[in-house]
Amino acid sequence: MHKTACIITAAKFVGYLVRLEIPDRPVSLTKEQVQHIAILARLQLEDDEFEDVVSKLSKIVDFVDQLQAAPTENVVPMAHPLNMSLRLRADDITEADNRDRYQENAPSVESGYYLVPRVIE
Amino acid sequence: MSRWEVVIGLEIHTQLATNSKIFSGSSTAYGAEPNAQASLVDLGYPGVLPVLNVEVVRMAAMFGLAVNATVAKRSIFARKNYFYPDLPKGYQISQYELPIVVGGELFIRDDAGDEKRIRITRAHLEEDAGKSVHDEFEGSTGVDLNRAGTPLLEIVSEPDLRSAKEAVAYMRKIHSIVRYLEISDGNMQEGSFRCDANVSVRQVGQVELGTRAEVKNLNSFRFVEKAINFEIARQIDVIEDGGVVVQETRLYDSDKDETRSMRSKEEANDYRYFPDPDLLPVEIEDSFVEEVRRSLPELPHVKCARFIAEYALKEADAEILTVSRALADFYEEVAKTTAGDSRIAANWIIGDLSALLNRDNIDIQDSPITPIALAGLLDRITDDTISGKIAKEVFDGMSTGEGSADEIIAAKGLQQITDVSALDAIVAAIIDANPAQVADYRAGKEKLLGFFVGQVMKETGGKANPGQVNQLIKQKLS
Repeated sequence: MHKTACIITAAKFVGYLVRLEIPDRPVSLTKEQVQHIAILARLQLEDDEFEDVVSKLSKIVDFVDQLQAAPTENVVPMAHPLNMSLRLRADDITEADNRDRYQENAPSVESGYYLVPRVIE
Repeated sequence: MSRWEVVIGLEIHTQLATNSKIFSGSSTAYGAEPNAQASLVDLGYPGVLPVLNVEVVRMAAMFGLAVNATVAKRSIFARKNYFYPDLPKGYQISQYELPIVVGGELFIRDDAGDEKRIRITRAHLEEDAGKSVHDEFEGSTGVDLNRAGTPLLEIVSEPDLRSAKEAVAYMRKIHSIVRYLEISDGNMQEGSFRCDANVSVRQVGQVELGTRAEVKNLNSFRFVEKAINFEIARQIDVIEDGGVVVQETRLYDSDKDETRSMRSKEEANDYRYFPDPDLLPVEIEDSFVEEVRRSLPELPHVKCARFIAEYALKEADAEILTVSRALADFYEEVAKTTAGDSRIAANWIIGDLSALLNRDNIDIQDSPITPIALAGLLDRITDDTISGKIAKEVFDGMSTGEGSADEIIAAKGLQQITDVSALDAIVAAIIDANPAQVADYRAGKEKLLGFFVGQVMKETGGKANPGQVNQLIKQKLS
């Protein structure tokens, strides 16, 4: 269940939909598609987890797919639910060096660097 | 004539020269202690929000206007999702469907020397990632996020380039423009200006494009040329051997002068772009664009045309002198100060001064010889105080801080001998000392004139006026 929740979180826009009751219908996602999404999200799904995840994600997709029925030919796509434009800030340096405080939260640091498991190039 | 045609498009990443980052108030200064300039926004802490820097918008608009592009009234920031340790949020904020600069063009010289128009598809704003250090920590990778959030303008060309040389010419032009606009320092060693090249080949006459490979992270003009040439040869080999070029990302290894595949077992790029809900659309008023337009400096091609008209320069010389604003300003100050020929001023700057600066790796702004000082030297050539040859000696003295042209000429007694009687005596002595050559000359061996002139110049330490010496000798031997 945890991994399913992660995938759903990754799809932030529709994350809350999983709690909605959606009537059962044929699943619209394939196992391959879910596998692809899992790799992109760096999640490892066991074989016995797929059926459940495919079914739940399909419900979300199907639910959102209902929007496809709306006529949108002459509608300018919105980029944001708020119908406003971006406020800008002046080009000033307002941040001090707080490295030591921020690095208290890091599991591993050395010589000012954050350390992560070795990335093989 | 090769039966292969090369097709290249470039994506140039230019760091914008702001004080603070694109979405946070951290400094963008280069060379700080690791992570000393990484704020909560740059580190991707939960709950923080990006706020766009107005300077970044202004700089992008400047670039757009400078290349005849449209500055979009409305543009959108999108998330480009991928995982890498130097990208702590798990996505890069970039622009996708609606970039801030659309369309555009600039002109380069093609391999035949003719003017060629290169179309610019778009330019979009994005944040840079941090830096990973792979070899300094046992079993770990170190991450420095100082660069994370540095503003980048990614400039994408149409696949209009047909050779590695054209690609370099285009890249130099963009480099020149961003530095004229002062929107980027263009420092390639520090990574402020780098490019990815999309390269493909096709048979001459074929309409559809060949499969392309993307060569990543080229950070010098020389590497761009070498990497592209390697890639062209590699692709032609693959096809001529009956193979197929694979669409992939390749990395140029400058030590081995080759590109190699970065293909990993992972899925092909799938960035799942979507509009960033943390950022509203950027809307730009016409008045803002007009203000930016009024602030544009004279651009390289305009300055070049003006130099040709105003200073009677050859086109090639004017192009060299207008590559950077600093060099053009230097030239113009010399040309305006000297009483001499503005073309000779150009020759000295393109020749001796550039050689000196290259040798010592000095920027024109830090030239040991100021424009006023160089003009002073040119004036002494113009008024015949010294010959061009002696001027080089004076120039060397000026470059090592021996003083102004006049001071050096006076101190070393370098002024030309214009006193005809003094010169006359020297010429007479040379003629007396070389009877055999005199006889040969009089018998028709006129090439010996050079011998006599050389002897006189030697005797006077180069301080005689060669034209005057020539005349004197001819008179005496006729």
